[in-house]
Amino acid sequence: MSEALRVRGLTVSVGGLEVVRGVTFGLERGGRTGLIGESGSGKTLTALAIMGLLAEGLTARGEVRLGEEDLLRLPERRLCRLRGDRLAMVFQEPMTALNPVMRIGDQVAEPFRVHRGLSRREAHARGLELLERVRIQDAQSKLGAYPHQLSGGQRQRVMIAIAMACSPEVLLADEPTTALDVTVQAQVLDLLSRLVDEERCTLLLITHDLPVVSQLCDRVLVMYGGRIVEAGPAGEVFGRPLHPYTGGLIETIPPLDEELPGRRFRAIPGVVPGAGEFPAGCPFRNRCARADERCVEMPPLTGDGHQAACWHPL
Amino acid sequence: MNVQVGAGLPAPRGGRDASGAVLFEVRDLAKRFRLPRTRLLRAPGAVTAVRGVSFDLSAGESLGVVGESGSGKTTLVRLLLGLERPDAGSVAYHGGALRREVQAVFQDPASALDPRMRVADIVLEPLRVLHIAGDRRARLAELLDAVGLPAAAAGRYPHEFSGGQRQRIAIARALAPRPRVLLADEPVSALDVSVRAQILNLLADLRAGFDLALVLVSHDLSVVRHLCDRVLVMLGGEVVEAGDTRAIFRAPQHEYTRTLLAAIPRLRLRPG
Repeated sequence: MSEALRVRGLTVSVGGLEVVRGVTFGLERGGRTGLIGESGSGKTLTALAIMGLLAEGLTARGEVRLGEEDLLRLPERRLCRLRGDRLAMVFQEPMTALNPVMRIGDQVAEPFRVHRGLSRREAHARGLELLERVRIQDAQSKLGAYPHQLSGGQRQRVMIAIAMACSPEVLLADEPTTALDVTVQAQVLDLLSRLVDEERCTLLLITHDLPVVSQLCDRVLVMYGGRIVEAGPAGEVFGRPLHPYTGGLIETIPPLDEELPGRRFRAIPGVVPGAGEFPAGCPFRNRCARADERCVEMPPLTGDGHQAACWHPL
Repeated sequence: MNVQVGAGLPAPRGGRDASGAVLFEVRDLAKRFRLPRTRLLRAPGAVTAVRGVSFDLSAGESLGVVGESGSGKTTLVRLLLGLERPDAGSVAYHGGALRREVQAVFQDPASALDPRMRVADIVLEPLRVLHIAGDRRARLAELLDAVGLPAAAAGRYPHEFSGGQRQRIAIARALAPRPRVLLADEPVSALDVSVRAQILNLLADLRAGFDLALVLVSHDLSVVRHLCDRVLVMLGGEVVEAGDTRAIFRAPQHEYTRTLLAAIPRLRLRPG
């Protein structure tokens, strides 16, 4: 199976501090991979590094391969040509990702003008089609609206429309529905899922929400403390987790259809450490019941198909 | 309009009602907000945030309020706290002094805590403001212990703590004046999933330990499901379904409750 995107040894640092550490994974063409992690896990930085959108002061090294190109070594001008065309991203908060002083019509037309060289009229026509495809009600009248005049769900549909405009090979979606209500979330996830299928796009869905990943993705990557600690087919990772962190995360999901065992919510002890405060070796060892002196050394990500970075897997 | 908020000096602890007595009596509550004027010659619009809401809250009871954004959950909390005046209907508090006995915890502990105050001052502020006498140092130690913070936290500032610990500070402050009702508005939504359970268990423990009535506002039905005896389901400012939590989760009556329950993504363990 060919890979649409390959990340190898990706490390992101701020000053001397490594906040993403040696991340390696591939995205199978047409597949849907979920990248799970909490705040500080490095999941968003991983996506931004792939996009070449890291903030000033943050540097990435390693390799990010999209076809023949190594994105980390491309000059900004060539990256600009790729972004929004072959590689696109949907952000969590559409209110900050959309331009507040630009009409919706101009924003959805922009990818067609920049990447396809269409005229204003042609681009607007394509933009309108796109808004209809993402099921914006009364799309024609929304062309002249500004982002603040739309609801949160509509704004996220616009974001998805812009990202999908040029039928990208790879779509990164960073917490695309976290800011939305559950009923709207369900609709937006349906939409995302349908478009990704229609365009045969490769999806990397970044979220802290395990149930969402289990519903949408066929593969899962679990990040903690800047490292990938578990990777594998979604059914296997959720059904038989190997890393104690993944197991802990699954247990924290309260059941909806039955009582809580002992009427207690299941927690992972301790807190997610701040940047630079994760222990050396396995980053989870200070919260892990199975940790011992061996965990001072970082375990490699091992296994066939279903991998975990743990000396004492579940 | 009949707003009855307990006034005067804090009632002594001994003067409490027997457990189970009705504390809050909410009847036909309504609140409208005027929208900013958008046209010079047209009257500004208004939005109805809460309409026709009635319920009782008894001592020691836990009530969940669920609904999506714009459903009126937060306005309801503000009306209970006396931070908003109702346009119609009434909120009656039958305990002692509402300002002392009804306390709140909000979603984002980072913005709910004064960054320039030490934890000790934050936690004890309600006692100072409400002129509650007593051994402050002993009370502080008691409160920090009750919420699972180390005694050394007292001299530190909020930014030195993680999100979960900041929420513990906010809870300690809410508990300081020995409230009988705790209003928690999305108390874990801003926290990492791995630490949410710690705060939820803490709320459950405190409720039992201090005989608190809890009003838990959440968009997350799975949280309400396990923490609350009764639930109000709100939509567009109105309560569309109310009742025993288990009954509602087992057999939701209102179409919207069913939609809400069906929309929650469940963990799928097998592909396909």
